[in-house]
Amino acid sequence: MIGFKLNGTDVSVDAPKGASLLSVLSEQLNMNGQKYGCGKSQCGACSVLLDGVRAFSCQTAAQSVAGRSVTTLEGLTEDGAPSALQQAFIDEQAAQCGYCLSGMIVAAQALLDINPTPTESDVRAALNGNLCRCGSHNRIIRAVMRAAEEA
Amino acid sequence: MNDMFDIKRRTFLKAGGALTLTFALPKFGMAQDAIKLPRNLERNPNLASWIRVHADGKVTLLIGKVELGQGTVTAAAQCAADELKIDIANLDVISGDTAQGPDEGTTAGSGSAPGCLPAVQQAAAEVRHILVNMAAEKLGEAADTLTVENGVISGSSGSVGYGDLVAGLDLNMEPTGKAELIPIEEHRYIGQSVPRLDIPGKMTGAESFIAEMNPEGVLHGAVARPPTYLATLVDADLSAIEAMPGVKKVVRNGSFLGVIAEHQEQAWAAATALSTTASWDVPSALPGSDGIYDWLETAENVVEKEIVKTAEPGAEANVLEASYYRPYQMHGSIGPSVAIAEMADDGTMTVHTHSQAVFAAATAIEELLGMPEGSVRCIHGQGSGCYGHNMADDAAADAALLAKEMPGVPIKLMYSRAEEHKWEPYGSAMIMKTRAGVDDNGDVVNWNMEIWSTPHSTRPSGSATRLLSGRYVDPPFIMETRKDGGPPNYAAARNGVPYYEFPSTRVATHFVTDMPLRVSAHRGLGAYANVFAIESFIDELAVAAGADPLEYRLRYLKDERARDVLMKTAEIFGWDSWEPGRNKGRGIAFSRYKNLQAYTAVAVEVQVVPRNGRIRVIRAATANDSGHMVAPDNIANQIEGGLIQSLSWTLKEEVKFDETGVISSDWASYPILTFNEVPPVEVALIDRKGEPYLGTGETSQCPTGAAVANAVFDAVGARLRQLPLTPDRVKAAMEA
Repeated sequence: MIGFKLNGTDVSVDAPKGASLLSVLSEQLNMNGQKYGCGKSQCGACSVLLDGVRAFSCQTAAQSVAGRSVTTLEGLTEDGAPSALQQAFIDEQAAQCGYCLSGMIVAAQALLDINPTPTESDVRAALNGNLCRCGSHNRIIRAVMRAAEEA
Repeated sequence: MNDMFDIKRRTFLKAGGALTLTFALPKFGMAQDAIKLPRNLERNPNLASWIRVHADGKVTLLIGKVELGQGTVTAAAQCAADELKIDIANLDVISGDTAQGPDEGTTAGSGSAPGCLPAVQQAAAEVRHILVNMAAEKLGEAADTLTVENGVISGSSGSVGYGDLVAGLDLNMEPTGKAELIPIEEHRYIGQSVPRLDIPGKMTGAESFIAEMNPEGVLHGAVARPPTYLATLVDADLSAIEAMPGVKKVVRNGSFLGVIAEHQEQAWAAATALSTTASWDVPSALPGSDGIYDWLETAENVVEKEIVKTAEPGAEANVLEASYYRPYQMHGSIGPSVAIAEMADDGTMTVHTHSQAVFAAATAIEELLGMPEGSVRCIHGQGSGCYGHNMADDAAADAALLAKEMPGVPIKLMYSRAEEHKWEPYGSAMIMKTRAGVDDNGDVVNWNMEIWSTPHSTRPSGSATRLLSGRYVDPPFIMETRKDGGPPNYAAARNGVPYYEFPSTRVATHFVTDMPLRVSAHRGLGAYANVFAIESFIDELAVAAGADPLEYRLRYLKDERARDVLMKTAEIFGWDSWEPGRNKGRGIAFSRYKNLQAYTAVAVEVQVVPRNGRIRVIRAATANDSGHMVAPDNIANQIEGGLIQSLSWTLKEEVKFDETGVISSDWASYPILTFNEVPPVEVALIDRKGEPYLGTGETSQCPTGAAVANAVFDAVGARLRQLPLTPDRVKAAMEA
């Protein structure tokens, strides 16, 4: 059994040997945010916060998070309502298909947690490891800047 | 024959009882011969298949078009809410379910705005008229004296809510075509930027995608792919794989090998082991990405087609010629394709799929599995953006193939990244050769373009031969020879005919029917490559004539709406006031998608770095005319997104393959545009109230490629005619 804190709550899960954190979150703990995209940390769709730092859950071994704190997109909501950052993404309609967006929001939260007043360049740099195929990049940047400005 | 009564309606057997959907439609309005229903409504002429009114006054809209991230569901809801005169919050939408709702064919080709939205509007107006007539009877007042607001019908003697009328309401009837739409001035939602209905859930982690669904007792599937397309299985040791962790079952059917396991990663691991330990006969030899253009020009199986728009070609004082090249390019969905299938005890199958054509997918799966017509139900659920025919249908079929081997268990199958990259049907490689005769002023008197291309659509269309695994099961389903699309939309020749009016125009297509790499509909089909060639070549002609590229285009562009988007683009770009800088250039291009959908022009400013050949796109500006705008912000989102995606195609993307198979297997070997490379984009929308809705989704890809190439020429004098415009090619062109 692997025990860790998931979105503030203690969980314990019997994961198969060698399972990724992504697999455990998706298939055993019913989390929706993190998505499989590439399995190689190339696209960022699987991003979660691991002890507050962005991690690619597709290449994070589930065993390695024992005793640590994992935050998914769901964990960013506040009392069931969208956080300021999530609301900014909604207000900017910063998505087309939205598949990459969980990873974008998690990566943006990781940035804002260490740099609450980023420049646009800071945002681009922080999100450069997250791929978007629909071409919503500029809306995503605006959403992050908006959240920072409104904070 | 009145084809309204020749409805080919799928029947579906529900677990626990047979629900057969047949409709005995009351004959209405036989004097309606002159009334033309919107096409999708004419094809699904039963109001009950579009709209349900509930006792609480809420309404369900059913549509056949599906959400791909392009905002169609919200736009359809806007149209229905307006015509029903209800609050959009009181409307929910069911889309893409073969057991209920209309069959609107494939969600593709920028066809939802022109196809689905007018049908929804008319159906909703018909239902409103029916409800008003019922209220009139109930209130004892004349229908034309009643008013409707928020689903409440009011007269001088009282009010009746839609919900109050449900008891006597039977919408199993044909539309009359006579129900009048509300005046444009009364639109509350059409023309407004209504927030997308699906976005809040996606931003907060609500279940939104098939990838997130985990039904009770689900197991996970994977396919052990052969080493190449044409390989056949000689032998495989299934028992060794069955002993791997989590593996529940290994399936062999001809050369198809599949695995069912407890977890997806276990299924992938087992499938990889199975694929690599199996013995395959590998007979094929591919031309390779470097040899593909020679192969195209010398291919044996070719269908020739010629489109001639002619008047009298004038005397040619000079002739210019050029050749342009587009490689195979990927859809490149961020999430690989996924599906969940379950075989019920009664022999029916339910498949959750992000197919763009659920009805056609269901029929194709029935054929693949040898199941009776109507026994497979496909329900659309969202997937990662597809941008055309990716592997969505293949995943649905593969999940079904495995689910059939384990009845009563839902089988979820998601492809690995490498599988989606290497096996998806790409956008076809193409060659475009242009030739123009010009007069003494450099004006075009004779325009010619020849196109070489493999097919552009192998969508399932109800046939197992188009499903990837159809090739490998026993007996195999062999795809018939593909045909090119015909007018007015074409496929390889899409947008091959320039929108410019020249004295003489000839476009010839050499349609190569063999497919060394698997291909199918890739956003825009042939239009992206054809417009790249046309809009690059007209730029070359403008340069040769010593003319401004904008002014030169306007000489031949007679459609006022086309001129407007071109001039609007130039205006917001600042074309006239633009100041040249070192290694900086500007480029512009135009197209009207399919020559009959939305109009788009794109202008870009680039800077070229001569030392390494890198192109930096500094900024982009684009104007679009999609007719009467239903959802302006969504149009802007599509136009900007399409432009950025096209920048990625144009600057970076090429499927690499050698003699044995595809090499591009991940985002390192097939890189796409990243945040640091995305320029700011200014979008101007031209609204045409009262004009038909024009399809938007594939329009901005087309002109973007040439706009960049033209800007590079303006910057450094190097003409790039082969996509993508990589640093190596820029350097080579600069040194030539």
